Amino acid sequence: MKSDRTQIAYLFRRAGFGATPEELDDLTEQKSYEEIVDELVNPEKCEHIDDSFVDRYYSGEGVPPYVGKWLFRMVNTKRPLEEKMALFLHHIFPVAWGKSEHGPSIFTEIDMFKRVGLTNFKNILLELSRDPAMIYWLDNNENHKSEINENYGRELLELFSMGVGNYTEDDIKNASRAFTGWTFSQPIPIYPQGHYPSRFEFHPEDHDGDEKSFLGHHGTFDGEDIIDIIVKEEATARFVSRHLCNFFVEDEPQVPAWNIEPPRDPRLVDHLAKTFSSSNGDMRAVLSELFNSDSFKNSINKPKVKSPTELLAGVLKQVGNYREIKPGLESYVGALTVMGQSLLNPPTVEGWHTGPEWIDSGTLSERINFASTEFSDDDTPGMKDIIQRAGSLDDEPSQLVDRCLDLLGGVQVSSTTHSELIQYVSELRTSEETNDLTDLIRMIVSTVDYQYA
Amino acid sequence: MVTESKEKVLVVIQLTGGNDFMNTIVPYTNGHYYDARKKVVIRQDEVIPINDTLAFNPNNAALKPLFDDGKLGIIQGIGYPNANRSHFRGMDILHTCEPDKVGTEGWLGLAVREMDPNQENVLTGVNIGRGLTRAMSVAGVPVTSIGDIDGYGVMNDVEKAHLRDRSIQAFKNIYGQAIGSGPVSEYIGKTGIDILKGADMLSDVADSYSSSVEYADNPIAKSLKDVARIHLAGLGTRVFYTNHGGYDHHANEMLAHPGLMRDLSGAIADFIDDLEEHDAAEEVAILVFTEFGRRMRDNGSGTDHGSGGGAFLIGKNIKGGFYSEYPSLEPSEWEHGEDLKHTIDFRGIYATLLEQWLGVESGPIVRGHYEQINPFLN
Repeated sequence: MKSDRTQIAYLFRRAGFGATPEELDDLTEQKSYEEIVDELVNPEKCEHIDDSFVDRYYSGEGVPPYVGKWLFRMVNTKRPLEEKMALFLHHIFPVAWGKSEHGPSIFTEIDMFKRVGLTNFKNILLELSRDPAMIYWLDNNENHKSEINENYGRELLELFSMGVGNYTEDDIKNASRAFTGWTFSQPIPIYPQGHYPSRFEFHPEDHDGDEKSFLGHHGTFDGEDIIDIIVKEEATARFVSRHLCNFFVEDEPQVPAWNIEPPRDPRLVDHLAKTFSSSNGDMRAVLSELFNSDSFKNSINKPKVKSPTELLAGVLKQVGNYREIKPGLESYVGALTVMGQSLLNPPTVEGWHTGPEWIDSGTLSERINFASTEFSDDDTPGMKDIIQRAGSLDDEPSQLVDRCLDLLGGVQVSSTTHSELIQYVSELRTSEETNDLTDLIRMIVSTVDYQYA
Repeated sequence: MVTESKEKVLVVIQLTGGNDFMNTIVPYTNGHYYDARKKVVIRQDEVIPINDTLAFNPNNAALKPLFDDGKLGIIQGIGYPNANRSHFRGMDILHTCEPDKVGTEGWLGLAVREMDPNQENVLTGVNIGRGLTRAMSVAGVPVTSIGDIDGYGVMNDVEKAHLRDRSIQAFKNIYGQAIGSGPVSEYIGKTGIDILKGADMLSDVADSYSSSVEYADNPIAKSLKDVARIHLAGLGTRVFYTNHGGYDHHANEMLAHPGLMRDLSGAIADFIDDLEEHDAAEEVAILVFTEFGRRMRDNGSGTDHGSGGGAFLIGKNIKGGFYSEYPSLEPSEWEHGEDLKHTIDFRGIYATLLEQWLGVESGPIVRGHYEQINPFLN
């Protein structure tokens, strides 16, 4: 064993969508923790699964087939952090198809997130600012030299990079002026050809090339100059670092409270912000520091509620029904929606409220019933493997419970939950109605503890 | 079982997607309507006239008797200044009464908090349908969201009865003990226990209900039947919420809209009959609303997002008739040159329901004071 199984299972829940027992065997036998982090943040070191054939099973241009394809990648990728960063960027740069006159642009946006998530933050903001879905979502196509529209300029500073309190209203105006003329090509009409993606276009005649002042700098800035200035700001380094902590380490308060409430782990945010600044916003460097930090390693029991997507993709990965490509994943869009996360359709430009706000009586019962139902079939590839490895109800109960927790992806439970599960094993043993482990596994995935990432 | 004091109950039906108000309450003698609507139009010889200027869409025939009985109030031109045409943002504004910033507290969630401040009944607010609507959601206010009454709760698909009891007991122990183990676990634990409480209360609903009314087999009929079942079981629910989806008719409106209208009107008429059969109609008022109206002009196949929609108030205690004014159809009066201009603010309607029906102070919830109407008999 080159690395600790519990730690690697935890790392894969946070940096990816969990790991199967077999994956954990291979990883812990062959690689140290640091080597595994290195492969996560440098995905080209791992195999790229060919997913071109997936289109044949998920055709059409709607949200469900696209989400189905994305779920297939989440479950099967050998480069989980790539998909997780795409989800991260979808959380913090939320665009919804509800305001999307240009059909597939939101799909190409998610593909772009996957492509740029592990580059540097300047590149990420630049691609974001040139993304047709974002341009339309925040009206930058209505941002003209003669009449500025501040929507994108404002959110770029407030929600996408620095956070409130770090710039003035004049900075917003000047940033907005710098993005005038950044628009997209009108795609050819949807009927009868179907959807064609639209592309970024710069219209020099509609661009305000005059002198601007922005955050104390002066010049004839365009959008890229503005982004250059933004990514050098300490506020940006701190804001992005805190977002990463919120997504990967421990639930923070909701974003609007960030300029009032300090971070849960100020030292970790400081450390990541320094790395961000010294590496010019290199996401690989920052994430490498994050996953290798003691703060991260010791946060295994800190509260971080799984997003519905994390919960659902994690369950599907363990159950193992979609290790080979087949249709069906598109139908999980509905399950995500009732759990409170309609992918590609975030509620507002602020994105989803996360952490405990994922939970209410409706979403919690959906989460529990979803997981419990998915694990009720003991004939799936994942369940066959888990049950075969777990042993039998006649085994020593505490060890049996521990093995099941491990096989389900290293689930962490409180001591009270642990003793209740042991108690439940003895109930199952004496029950005339069951003699297999499925009921124990279903109980584990129904616990309070299973709601945490 | 009968509700102890016959407390007032509000049932809200959300028509999701933006209902075409002009094709619901049709200005059938107005030339501007027929000029603007070339294809997506209700012909004069089809309508069910109400008066000299307005008529029901023929698919709303089931509403006509309710109107004639004086139980149907039609609120015309409901909206707000600078209406937002995005579905999510438009609905968000209608759910939170926050047009200028992104609000997170739903108006009915806040009403539930006022009516049940100590959270004594997890069923004070009930959402019928899976997924909790923002209108009902306020952090820390338990509202029960029911996809299927008969399957509500957890562990219901454990078929073996004895094992199911044991499983629910284990669940109760696990969630109960989370209380006192840090704020987040405590919150999740309490929510889990609330689900069990709600499921427990709802478990008798199926057995206690019987009715001669036969609801149709469609989603809104099923939802309203569930509302009736829960209300008639006397579980103390004050606010029910449900949505009827599919109204976003950019294309093929003339194919899809009639069915929705028929399902909706039929379900409402059956629901009222059901309540009356059980002497439980007086305490129930229904609000039917939508996030926005549609454009004046059609686009040849459907209608695009517009403003100035309409709403219905229905119930035995409602003074039937028209409220506010039908938006002017004169082209010179169109908002942005293409939309109906609203004539009454939706927040005034909410305030009316909150204060005059539910007995809750409206100012803090609708965030201000807006013109109310007087639609209630007592």
